[in-house]
Amino acid sequence: MFAYIVKRLLAGLVVLTLVSLSIFLLFWYGPSEPARAMCDSKTSNRCSPEKLEVFTEELGYNNPWASEFGNYVGGIVTGRDITVAGQTTRCEAPCLGLSYSTGKPVWEDMQSRIPATVSIAVGGASLYLLLGVPIGVAASKRRGTVADKTLVSSFLVISSIPYYLFALLVFLYFAVLYELPFVGQPGYTPLTENPAEWFGGLALAWICLGVFGCTAYTRYSRGAMVEALSEDYVRTAKAKGLPQRAVVYKHALRAALVPVVTIFGIDFGTLLAGTIFTEKIFDINGIGLWALNAVGQKDLPIVQATALFAAIALIVSNLVVDLLYSVLDPRVRLS
Amino acid sequence: MTEPFLVVEDLTVKFPTEDGLVNAVTELSYSVEQGRTLGIVGESGSGKSVSSMAVLGLHDARTARITGSIKVGGQEVVGLGESKLRKLRGREVAMIFQDALAALHPFYKVGSQLAEAYLVHHPSASKRDARRKAIEMLDRVGIPQPDRRVDDFPHQFSGGMRQRAMIAMGLINDPKLLIADEPTTALDVTVQAQILDLLQDLQREFDSAVIIITHDLGVIAEMADDILVMYGGRGVEHGPAKEVLTRPLMPYTWGLLSSVPDVAGDTAAKLVPIPGNPPSLLDPPSGCAFHPRCAHVGKVQGNLCSTTLPRLEPGPSGPGHLTRCHLSDPAAVFETEVLPVIAPDLLEES
Repeated sequence: MFAYIVKRLLAGLVVLTLVSLSIFLLFWYGPSEPARAMCDSKTSNRCSPEKLEVFTEELGYNNPWASEFGNYVGGIVTGRDITVAGQTTRCEAPCLGLSYSTGKPVWEDMQSRIPATVSIAVGGASLYLLLGVPIGVAASKRRGTVADKTLVSSFLVISSIPYYLFALLVFLYFAVLYELPFVGQPGYTPLTENPAEWFGGLALAWICLGVFGCTAYTRYSRGAMVEALSEDYVRTAKAKGLPQRAVVYKHALRAALVPVVTIFGIDFGTLLAGTIFTEKIFDINGIGLWALNAVGQKDLPIVQATALFAAIALIVSNLVVDLLYSVLDPRVRLS
Repeated sequence: MTEPFLVVEDLTVKFPTEDGLVNAVTELSYSVEQGRTLGIVGESGSGKSVSSMAVLGLHDARTARITGSIKVGGQEVVGLGESKLRKLRGREVAMIFQDALAALHPFYKVGSQLAEAYLVHHPSASKRDARRKAIEMLDRVGIPQPDRRVDDFPHQFSGGMRQRAMIAMGLINDPKLLIADEPTTALDVTVQAQILDLLQDLQREFDSAVIIITHDLGVIAEMADDILVMYGGRGVEHGPAKEVLTRPLMPYTWGLLSSVPDVAGDTAAKLVPIPGNPPSLLDPPSGCAFHPRCAHVGKVQGNLCSTTLPRLEPGPSGPGHLTRCHLSDPAAVFETEVLPVIAPDLLEES
């Protein structure tokens, strides 16, 4: 088990290196001038060709890419000093560089944004399961009835609406036209600062993500339950004289959860990597919104940092899913 | 004599489907006494599993229409409420299923599945008692080192051990009736023989009634005291095992017996298959359900076979041996035309 985790984490490191290297090279050899973002912000948009050349030199774009990539990776481990426009900034480990648009160390900004994204992801993903699985189980027990068919088709309608439209409609109806209890003005307040505002500001984003996402979980868990309920071991459980509750939950649901958990892990990783529409519409300064803006501003260090964060989120959630899988299903051997 | 433990009378099970009403079991009657073994034989779709699942009330009330009467220890099961059925299941009547790998839950330890079966009918027992009972039962069915294997998962057991564990689970509450639905079909021949021996030993020990459902006449010959042959959802022949195997009266039974390979005898001898396919349960043939496949229709006057359903009634060999056939003297036809091809080793065994 321990050896397996170490192996998977090492493989994860390789993935992280490849992800950051490919983004690095994209800026290096891409069609844009990577130093222009920094030049524009430092000269209040009066970046002359000469000044651009100075910034290009300072940011190391005249050096071989390999040594600059080495510096970047070294900075993550030990921190480094970065000099821009004659001004040296100490960038502490994990140093992900200085933002080209603000000149501040990327890690400083990132620390304030990670909690926002994690808050959205944890809340939204919990609703995936809390809404999706019980509804799916209930539907599977009433398979083929009017209630089941109505539910399945109405959820199909919801999930066929584009998510940004759905989120905008939620925003319009529940933040602008009607007010829900406990739901405040959308926005992010750190949990440690004011729990009530944290909850109120995120509630709508959670509901929006949760309701939209739970439709898929209803389908997965309904399908998995229908299959599990027709398994021989469920018939055995019934033939033993177990009450219906034990047959459905202890025997059928236990088996049906395995595929649901697998998909959930991957979805949760994707949510952590950034919920761009949700953050944009509900005005939450998280990783997704940050990445979106950074791409527009060609801010390499931020793009790089958000990509690394997304990759770490996916690697870790996949690892957790595989470990969980071996706990849930004793037939699975990790190797 | 007291009332047999299980009495099934005029049991009819229908499933409404999109294609129409499936007549899975029609007017089936049989009974099993304590300490006796009834073998139910028939092709797939003959209604043998459906009828025995009805004994436990395992059919979904929303999808199955059940009429007739099933009395377990004097209690009527048809129409009985779920909570009363639960008290019956696993306690009075236990069932063993065909494929033990599929029938045991893959995520729970064998021991905890056994203990669960015990605890549900012994709510005052502690978990420790249940575990001890599980180990005791595993030991009883011949699983080596039961105190260690009790913590194994089903996939860590061999096929034969899984079926043994299944039997142990069935008998853990000392049921009065054990229904074994194709208990040896998924096993290889040597293991099959061991499991059958085990079932016989246990029956003697627990003095329970046993129903063994199979399409394998070899299994029936070894196990059963009485035989019920089913065809198209109806009983077509019913009598003491020896009678039915040596002096069968119904042409379908002849066909079944003739299609058993004779391993000991002439290996060049050809098997005689029954021509045609099992009857449709949606739209059963008129008259005798077997008539489209029967080679002896010509011996019956007129077109009785295709117009009139014969009754299941005592044949020429006595009141205990029932047959559903229009042939006036089936024994004579059997003696002169059919006997030579029936597997001799099967007959010797019985």
